[in-house]
Amino acid sequence: MTRDGETPHAVVPPATALEPGIAIKGVWHRYGTRVALADVSLQVARGEIFGLLGPNGGGKTTLFHLLATLMPLTEGQVELLGYDLRHAASAIRPHLGVVFQHPSLDRKLTVYENLRHHGHLYGMSGQPLRERIQVVVQRLGLTDRRAELVETLSGGLQRRLELAKAFLHGPALLLLDEPSTGLDPGARLDFMAYLEYLRDQEGVSVLLTTHILEEAEHCDRVGILHQGRLVAVGTPDELKARVGGDVVVVQTPDPAALQRQIHERFGCAPIVVDGSVRVEMAHGHTFVRDVVEAFAAQIQAVTFSKPTLEDVFIHLTGHRFWESGE
Amino acid sequence: MMQSFDDKASHALRRAALAVLTLWWREMTRFLRQRSRWGSALAQPLVFWVLLGGGMQASFRPTDVPAGTGYMEYFYPGVLTLVMLFTAIFATIAIVEDRREGFLQGVLVAPVTRTSIVLGQALGSTTLALLQGVLFLLLAPLAGLHLSLGALLLVVVVLFCIAFTMTNLGLIIAWRMRSTQGFHAIMNLLLMPLWLLSGAFFPLTGVPLWLLWVMRCNPLTYGIAALRRSLYLAHPDAVGAVPSLAPALGLTVLFGVVTLLAAVYTARQSAL
Repeated sequence: MTRDGETPHAVVPPATALEPGIAIKGVWHRYGTRVALADVSLQVARGEIFGLLGPNGGGKTTLFHLLATLMPLTEGQVELLGYDLRHAASAIRPHLGVVFQHPSLDRKLTVYENLRHHGHLYGMSGQPLRERIQVVVQRLGLTDRRAELVETLSGGLQRRLELAKAFLHGPALLLLDEPSTGLDPGARLDFMAYLEYLRDQEGVSVLLTTHILEEAEHCDRVGILHQGRLVAVGTPDELKARVGGDVVVVQTPDPAALQRQIHERFGCAPIVVDGSVRVEMAHGHTFVRDVVEAFAAQIQAVTFSKPTLEDVFIHLTGHRFWESGE
Repeated sequence: MMQSFDDKASHALRRAALAVLTLWWREMTRFLRQRSRWGSALAQPLVFWVLLGGGMQASFRPTDVPAGTGYMEYFYPGVLTLVMLFTAIFATIAIVEDRREGFLQGVLVAPVTRTSIVLGQALGSTTLALLQGVLFLLLAPLAGLHLSLGALLLVVVVLFCIAFTMTNLGLIIAWRMRSTQGFHAIMNLLLMPLWLLSGAFFPLTGVPLWLLWVMRCNPLTYGIAALRRSLYLAHPDAVGAVPSLAPALGLTVLFGVVTLLAAVYTARQSAL
């Protein structure tokens, strides 16, 4: 621990290498009387990309700020890389790489200057820092842009530089708050590919928060945070398996009436979400045929799909993903 | 055991120095790249000096200022201090913007103590203020002041202390602020009166008793006094009735230290 400054690449003391990246137990957080986190417990393994999915206001950013050592932990236990967050925050910081939702770059400095400034803050300097910057800019495809002012870079490149910065000092744990905010879908995929690269090549553990469902699909495991509670944790496939087969959504002028009729006729339990009737069931394709035959006059449209994470969210909370938080 | 403790201490000190230095360097680089900032702290005091100095010249007849001292000359140290004040204000506004735009959050999660962060910010702003102050010193002959090298060095030391104190005051406010609008309000209510009631604008003599005490309690009064004493190092008689150099300078240094401690305390209490 005393040699952090000289060994920016050496990441974790061996004694703690077997500890999970993140272990959260029974964490609560309140802003006055409003509960932002309610009894949240989860673990992130070494070398895992964990996505914390939830609508805005669901508690993601609160948890992120706690983990990033920016807010005191009031209730519960958190260990990062085996260190107790409450008592050893300053021991954790050198091993933590953080990407914020809002850019933390200095727009008036060049790519290289931003990285050098960051390296100095982490106790790196001189030749080792120069070499490390070279490695990182090359890895993230920023070598040609080294001398350019950050304000002249595209949004995608700026996000990439954020990642380069967070990774410069060789952290064992990366925390990212809505990392792909403002990126188009292509750049978002690129960004996820870089995270996967860091996981595979450097064994980095990653926790990212997101409200973008496609982004969560790329995580090894996903936790769904809704109104401060962790309502589900699992791989994207495990979560989708909970939905119980296929998803059939029926558009109709009178959803309440159709909901009742479908229930009476087929014995299943449709729900009304956002003005349409929704049924989760195995062999949804035959149900589509049956329901159209039975209620042709009332139906405007029917969609049939394999469950997505949005369906998981609806299944667990009874809300559409987008309307529930905003 | 002792050896390893010393190693640890010197290692920690080196890291702290590196952090302070890199934060300082960033302030310099940003300033050099934002040309619009170059003149901003100089132009307004200069206009004040020329217009107010010229306008008040005829009616300025204070009791305890030696005969023959025009208002342009009397006001010169005040304007020099105003340059420090404005630069400190601009620099601390930049820190509020750092927070708003997100740069500061990256610094706050780094393994750097708040003390280092505050020192880096304070020394950065102070350097900028000092650079502009020295530039303004070139105009001293226009005020009828001719400085020896010794006086010049002393003036620079005093300006450093004044700028450092001002910046720390700015930082104490900036670390509590979320928006720059709030900062402007506080500046008008606190920092400007601090300057107005320091003997920069008018002497302490002949003012009502309550005002005299306000001015006596104003830390900046002693900064201005130290500045006048250094500017007139060779002609102490020409200064008029202001505190003498040693106590004035001592108090100015003391206020610098106290405001720094207060700024560090404020930064430590600040969550994000």
